Amino acid sequence: MLKIENLQASIDDKSILKGLNLEVKAGEVHAIMGPNGAGKSTLANIIAGKEEYEVTNGTIELNGEDISELAPEERAHNGVFLSFQYPVEIPGVSVTNFIKTAINETRKAKGLEDMPAKDMLKMIREKSELLEIDRKFLSRSLNEGFSGGEKKRNEIFQMAMLEPKLAILDETDSGLDIDALRIVANGVNKLKSKDNAVIVITHYQRLLDYIVPDFVHVLHDGKIVKSGDASLALELEAKGYDWIKKELV
Amino acid sequence: MELKDKLLSSYVAFENRVDTNSDIHEIRSKAFQNFEELGFPTKKLEAWKYTSLNSILKEDYSIFPNKGVAVELADVKKYFIHDIDTYKVVFIDGKYSPFLSETTHEHIDVCLMSAAFNKGKYKPIIDNYFNKVAKQDNLTSLNTAFATEGAFIHIPKNIEVEKPIQIINFTTGSEAATMLQPRSLVVVEENSHVQIIERHQSLTSNPVLTNAVTEIFAEKRAFVDYYKIQNDDNNASLVDNTYIEQQSNSVVSVHTFSFGGNITRNNLNFYQKGEYIDSILKGITIIEGKQHVDHHTLVHHITPNCESHQDYKGIYDERSTAVFNGKVIVEKEAQKTNAYQQNNNVLVSDKATINAKPQLEIFADDVKCSHGCTIGQLDDDALFYMQQRGIPKKEGKALLMFAFANTVLESVKIPEVKQRITELIADKLKVKIGFDL
Repeated sequence: MLKIENLQASIDDKSILKGLNLEVKAGEVHAIMGPNGAGKSTLANIIAGKEEYEVTNGTIELNGEDISELAPEERAHNGVFLSFQYPVEIPGVSVTNFIKTAINETRKAKGLEDMPAKDMLKMIREKSELLEIDRKFLSRSLNEGFSGGEKKRNEIFQMAMLEPKLAILDETDSGLDIDALRIVANGVNKLKSKDNAVIVITHYQRLLDYIVPDFVHVLHDGKIVKSGDASLALELEAKGYDWIKKELV
Repeated sequence: MELKDKLLSSYVAFENRVDTNSDIHEIRSKAFQNFEELGFPTKKLEAWKYTSLNSILKEDYSIFPNKGVAVELADVKKYFIHDIDTYKVVFIDGKYSPFLSETTHEHIDVCLMSAAFNKGKYKPIIDNYFNKVAKQDNLTSLNTAFATEGAFIHIPKNIEVEKPIQIINFTTGSEAATMLQPRSLVVVEENSHVQIIERHQSLTSNPVLTNAVTEIFAEKRAFVDYYKIQNDDNNASLVDNTYIEQQSNSVVSVHTFSFGGNITRNNLNFYQKGEYIDSILKGITIIEGKQHVDHHTLVHHITPNCESHQDYKGIYDERSTAVFNGKVIVEKEAQKTNAYQQNNNVLVSDKATINAKPQLEIFADDVKCSHGCTIGQLDDDALFYMQQRGIPKKEGKALLMFAFANTVLESVKIPEVKQRITELIADKLKVKIGFDL
């Protein structure tokens, strides 16, 4: 599904990714861990197409197609979803109407008609129940005045609505209490299938108790320096990142 | 010939057409002398510092357009709010169009100034109200000097007018350049309610200059809900002078939607003459190209216990320029005043300009006056967020701008007007989305 080869990227001439390789197949869950400043969020933003980053070398392929020159919305239309670490507040646009617009713009890009209002409402009801979201919440302005947990739940709700092929969860666990964490993880697990893939970016092992990864990668100084199965996350939790840094020397 | 000279020299011809032996003409003559003395405003005047009329005063305007041109309803229907029943007072090149209009004299008067000036039964109203609140400045004086035609609306006591009234001025381009000076009078007596929608619309790319004056009187407990839709051709300029006098417990709200035209100057003036008055001034401006929109508002709090609420939102693209000058005067006697002013602006292009000037003059000591003025740009992070969810940049920008302006739209009380403005905004932002926020 996703194939990244020798990805190098910088922002304001500061090199952040320094030759990163990653392959994610359909049906898989990958976790990317690593210390602060390793480039985890940069990787997420670059896959989503944020323009401030300059890709200086390497390729990003989604289902065999190079997406590195596509606009963010075109990548979204191709099935890329990024759950933001810090979801943006958009006053004046309600959650419901934002997601309606997002779905219909995606359909428009695919040459489809708008989703009938009845189907849209049904889908909103189903997915909001899945994430245990109150109906009143949906008529509020997007992310405005939301608690950390509400923002993250709202991200996963949008993911559920958009049904992406590749979902990248950027520190979705930060700011969540244990109940919210369980709800969010449960939502992600229910949406998982053999046709889609998930990349979980996190500092801590905690989220991985709920969303169990097939692969765990350690990102350090712009490169993936170690990969393993779920047990690697436990090892990192116990020993910290220093032993990996030492191993590299 | 300069426009001023042309206007001055045509006054003789004008006087040959009207009854000069009347009270009205005395008012006109005085106003004419006033204009003769003052001339057109220049940038030397503080109130015109950022708006120059020079470029539009050079045209050779026809002052009394004469050639009658037929207008087909099908061609102009889109400029009406046509999905609801309304009264209509329609002018084509300054002349009343009975064909497009729907006036009434049943219980209320929705008709013409020319009739009100000439018929004895309207004399008390004209004597009491005409030119009583209008300022005697240059352009208002010019309008008064030539005042003959416009909408005349008189709502007697205790009447809730059952449908809105539309006032529309069309220009056809039958002349190479046309100058219009409509003069309207709206008198709403005690306990009465009325809704009015006003539009100036050029049907030609020939230059048009409109210098309009509207006086509105809201007596005790009257409600006036007024909408100005300004989405004119790029060669049409408008100076819109509106003067409102309110008595106790009255509520007057004016929404101004400025989306088009060449140079648009709005002089919106409220004078509070009683207690427990509410004055509401709201506006959305969305312009591009070299368009220029100037909002000069004045709320004069003369009496105690009154409120005023101003909310103006502006979005400026390309090389457009704009002015917001919001003046609030609270007189010494006007204790317990609550005056609120909000003006927020977004510069979409780095070539666009806004000159924003909140101006508060407060002489009373027990009042609540607040004002907020911001100038900003669209949030790039919000745009990326929207794009990430599949909303293209252009649509994302439009959605952000619409959400920004929506606080003004929320207070529009006629659903069809709200719908029309929403469509105009989508049109202006070149997107096909519904914005049903």
